[in-house]
Amino acid sequence: MVPMIEKAQIMDEDGMRRALTRIAHEIIEKNKGVDNICLVGIRTRGIPLAERLVKKVLEIEGKSIPIGVIDITLYRDDLTTLSYHPVLHNTDLPIDITGKTVVLVDDVLYTGRTTRAALDAIFDIGRPASIQLAVLVDRGHRELPIRPDYVGKNVPSSRKEIVAVHVKETDGEDKVIINENTDATL
Amino acid sequence: MFKRKDLLGLAELTPEEINFILDTARPMKQIILRDIKKVPTLRGKSVVNLFYEPSTRTRTSFELAAKYMSADSVNIAASTSSVVKGESLTDTGITLTSMGCDIVVIRHRESGAPAFLARNIPARVINAGDGTHEHPTQALLDLFTMREKKGGIKGLTVTILGDILFSRVARSNIWGLTKLGAKVRVCGPTTLMPRQIEELGVEVYHNIDEALKDADVINVLRIQLERQDKGYFPTTREYSRLFGLTKERLEKAKPDVLVLHPGPMNRGIEIAPEVADGLHSAINEQVTNGVAVRMALLYLLTGGGAIGEAVN
Repeated sequence: MVPMIEKAQIMDEDGMRRALTRIAHEIIEKNKGVDNICLVGIRTRGIPLAERLVKKVLEIEGKSIPIGVIDITLYRDDLTTLSYHPVLHNTDLPIDITGKTVVLVDDVLYTGRTTRAALDAIFDIGRPASIQLAVLVDRGHRELPIRPDYVGKNVPSSRKEIVAVHVKETDGEDKVIINENTDATL
Repeated sequence: MFKRKDLLGLAELTPEEINFILDTARPMKQIILRDIKKVPTLRGKSVVNLFYEPSTRTRTSFELAAKYMSADSVNIAASTSSVVKGESLTDTGITLTSMGCDIVVIRHRESGAPAFLARNIPARVINAGDGTHEHPTQALLDLFTMREKKGGIKGLTVTILGDILFSRVARSNIWGLTKLGAKVRVCGPTTLMPRQIEELGVEVYHNIDEALKDADVINVLRIQLERQDKGYFPTTREYSRLFGLTKERLEKAKPDVLVLHPGPMNRGIEIAPEVADGLHSAINEQVTNGVAVRMALLYLLTGGGAIGEAVN
């Protein structure tokens, strides 16, 4: 286990709720409605966030949008450097995404490598009209030319830090915290 | 986590490892069922199918599994290779390793040949059937199909029907099923029943009607026709009459019974055509599941490079 200390809390439950409400509004505004939209949560924390966005859009527009789940494990670029291959989960897209506007939802945007993997995974499943990216936290340090369309909060961070999003569904409470990695070798 | 170098049989696996392989096969099946059947995961890896016995189904299944995962695959049939010039198994294995092969899938008529090869080469070895010992990937796809159709293995009554003596499929199934908590019955002619098979934790039947009573799953084994010449049973007609799975006999089992067959089938001998093509049969789906299970194994066995865990 990597030694870790909790450094700061950067979002609480209210902060997360407000950020997601704003993102929901922005998705509707940018796409002039939600008729052709499908939300796709990236495992693991992207799923509850996508579910909340769907609820918010329903409250605002009175329309239910389809939601899917994507597991990007098989598309990762670091599989050869991991000691053991990670556990695989299902990818579930309830509708044909060809011709749709897909909004990818993830908790933290960092190097952009997860997003790259998700884009490749999406194109092996169908040919969407366009793909947009919604993240709760953008912490910078991109290693690929990828930028989000919707951001909950920009958090300048150091590479030594780990930004952790906690959600009620899996972690018991809603918050975003920064942990410092105290391992001197990094 | 799956930490083994090789997959040689189900006898050596823990229930947790078996379930982990089956869990990994589920997302793999999704890939087979979509339009673009390809993921980039095993780019740059190579898989050699080294078959010392004839096979269409298993070899093609492994070959497609490797291709769907973007690995390169090569097939070697022993009859057209340097084996006929007298090359030893180890030398063949070392030659393949020197060419950069990452995984060797081997089928051999001698029990224990895959284990022997695994000890002697650094490449990972998957047993695709060795003698009368084990055929682990067939048993894993049978378990996968049962789990998918029945929701779980624990508590199921599974009848394995046919040639138990020479069947590596039967042995691997018995190991896997008993480890996952199923009740296993074996049924076949006395001549084709190994002595002391009870010690593996199965019930032995020689009357098919008793063996099928209230069964949840019937796994029908292929009767190898060449056995008749050696005197293990008098005629295929008699075998069919005493041990063939017919529509009438199927009614002895539970109403939602699942019928499996590892193929290739002798229609009208061990299984009636209307049962093979009937509502209870999952025989074609077994073939799909076979590719998924083999993809899962290729994925799990090629894990392992430098130490490091993913963060963010």
